[in-house]
Amino acid sequence: MKKFKHIIGALGMLSLLMVVLTACGTRPSLAKQDVLSNDKASKTITWGVKADTQLFGLMDVKDNQIKGFDADIATALTKKVLGKDAKAKFVQVTSQTRIPLLKNGNIDAIIATMTITPEREKQVDFTDSYFDAGQALLVKKGSSIKSVKDLNKSGTKVIGVTGANSVANIKKFAPKAQVLELSDYAQAMTALKSGQGVALTTDNGILYGMAAQNKGYEVVGGTFTKEPYGIAVNKGQEPLKKELNKALKEIEADGTYNKILKKWFGNVSGFNYKEAAR
Amino acid sequence: MQNFIDAYSWINIRFLLEGLWVTVEVSVVSIIASFIIGSVLGVLRYVKIKYLSAVVGFIVDIVRNLPLILIIFFTYFGLPHLGFKPGIIFAAVLAMTIFESAMLAEIIRSGILAVDYGQMEGARANGMSYMQALWHIIFPQAIKKTIPTIVSQFISLIKDTSLATIIVLPELLNHAQIIYGQNSSYILPMFLMIAVMYFIICYALSVLSRVLDKRLA
Amino acid sequence: MVYILTHYWSELIQGLGYTLLSSLIALVFSTAIGTMFAIFEVLPNKAMRIIGRIYIEIFRNIPLLVIAMFFYVIIPMYVAKIDGFTAGTIGLTIYTSSFIAETVRAGILSVDTGQMEGARANGMTYWQAMSKIVLPQAFKIIIPPLGNQFINLVKNSSVLAFVAGFDLMYQANSIASLSLDTINSYVVVGVFYLIITLPLSYYMRHLEKKLA
Repeated sequence: MKKFKHIIGALGMLSLLMVVLTACGTRPSLAKQDVLSNDKASKTITWGVKADTQLFGLMDVKDNQIKGFDADIATALTKKVLGKDAKAKFVQVTSQTRIPLLKNGNIDAIIATMTITPEREKQVDFTDSYFDAGQALLVKKGSSIKSVKDLNKSGTKVIGVTGANSVANIKKFAPKAQVLELSDYAQAMTALKSGQGVALTTDNGILYGMAAQNKGYEVVGGTFTKEPYGIAVNKGQEPLKKELNKALKEIEADGTYNKILKKWFGNVSGFNYKEAAR
Repeated sequence: MQNFIDAYSWINIRFLLEGLWVTVEVSVVSIIASFIIGSVLGVLRYVKIKYLSAVVGFIVDIVRNLPLILIIFFTYFGLPHLGFKPGIIFAAVLAMTIFESAMLAEIIRSGILAVDYGQMEGARANGMSYMQALWHIIFPQAIKKTIPTIVSQFISLIKDTSLATIIVLPELLNHAQIIYGQNSSYILPMFLMIAVMYFIICYALSVLSRVLDKRLA
Repeated sequence: MVYILTHYWSELIQGLGYTLLSSLIALVFSTAIGTMFAIFEVLPNKAMRIIGRIYIEIFRNIPLLVIAMFFYVIIPMYVAKIDGFTAGTIGLTIYTSSFIAETVRAGILSVDTGQMEGARANGMTYWQAMSKIVLPQAFKIIIPPLGNQFINLVKNSSVLAFVAGFDLMYQANSIASLSLDTINSYVVVGVFYLIITLPLSYYMRHLEKKLA
């Protein structure tokens, strides 16, 4: 009988805990303050960027700085919005951590190879697209995989990254393939090299960067989706979104955008940066 | 062989050492904090204050029985919902502290239980209050008895900081991943190097614990 | 929370299955390997003792995640193709076996040496005495700490998430990023873990009291 009472007590407490946790979980996200005016005061915008992605956001081991197309665009936008002396602060994110961090207010905006999708638009707001990517495949040179159709066989393993839109896409394009989700692009590339999967799928821009770094691997099959990258801000941060859109138009008009594009994609074989110029 | 020589360039080693420093920093702060909190919780579970001890016991049991990765996610992603935004290092320290405090509370509680109850009675008979006896007589002996277990828990803590790479804590494993992510011929050299680094720190601590155990025994 | 449960039920069950499977496999093999190295350590042969010591110290002092990733990344490059689940489970087995070896060794040492000598005097060989007299008593003594190792094993199986091992934690990450409902996804998976570990943990405490 005593044991029974203990069990009932434990169950009661467990359900209480779940109620409390649910209450926390369903509470509307915070970040109700106006991010833009905070940023204006501190002369800093805190950006979530990738640190593991060639060409877009990569940690430079020499000086501990994150460098890439996303990082440069973020810096240029920060200076347009807040003035020449403003600073862009970078917080490392992965595809998995970026949305929770934005919603929690740890970062002001995400510029991290993030595709604008309807599902995500329910959670966050996007600026206009700042880069047009498309999903593609990276395989070992000489692989029998030539396009996404070749993946649609049971037993085929495809590598992706948790939280990336490309994982959701590949499940539609090759429903029979098994998708292995890894935590970031560095891990995904390492898994491909270890032969854990026959192809790595994500956006072409990222894949070209990987192919350039890893001889013996190539991008195949062209793009099979359209992945417009946007900058994500929290819901209700209209002023910041408006300023970012304005700044984006300005850097496109004054040539800053094309300069940054050329800097990162000018020498990437297989990628015609002139087509992407704005 | 060449890839080993290239991989262990000063730039890479320095980057790894920066990661190691974060690992050590997070570990040391969490060890100190969790030892204090774990002791308090362990004593609270032992003394049986109505309701309070039961609630503490229940929370400790929940935390102890969850994977640490989940605790890391809860502190990093969940706490902001309670109106408090931890930075990444702080979140890692907090997660480690919460988890290890619960683990230590259980170790310390069983240590207290293992101390002979006659000691408490003796101390009380000599005019000490219950709390005095607990603090001056029982608690130090409980710690002495459990030192090997406590230290091996601390070693686990150091090793477990590597799990925080999932929220991109810039610790040792994360920095190794960044290096081999940029040049895959460095994968094997990096794995060996960080294994050696973790081993040296953890092994040194376990030797220290053995010495301490002998001294106190 | 209900939404997560109903929409991702099959993923959660699959994750639970892989977590349990990995834990059970690792439990069986780590107990066997751990006991083997524990015996190495108490053998009269010095070389064997050193081998046992080295094995235990190496795998006790390197993070499980590093060991698991080593098997996921390095072994397929140089030795044999193994998938994430296998790599993670091997890592989990080896890591846990070093802890079990320590526990079993302590158990063997706490059995009175007179028992071994008595059994030998009665004509048993060393191995007979070890397996019939010493080990059974040692295991009785170490049931509670061994039980705690098994609970740790279930929790530690969450490293499979890092090597695409399809366990509960892997599914949690996947569900969290698909549903974009981070907290609730992790709460649900946390409850799944507690369903396995809490009863085990209470049973161990009950056993500890009974044996004490």
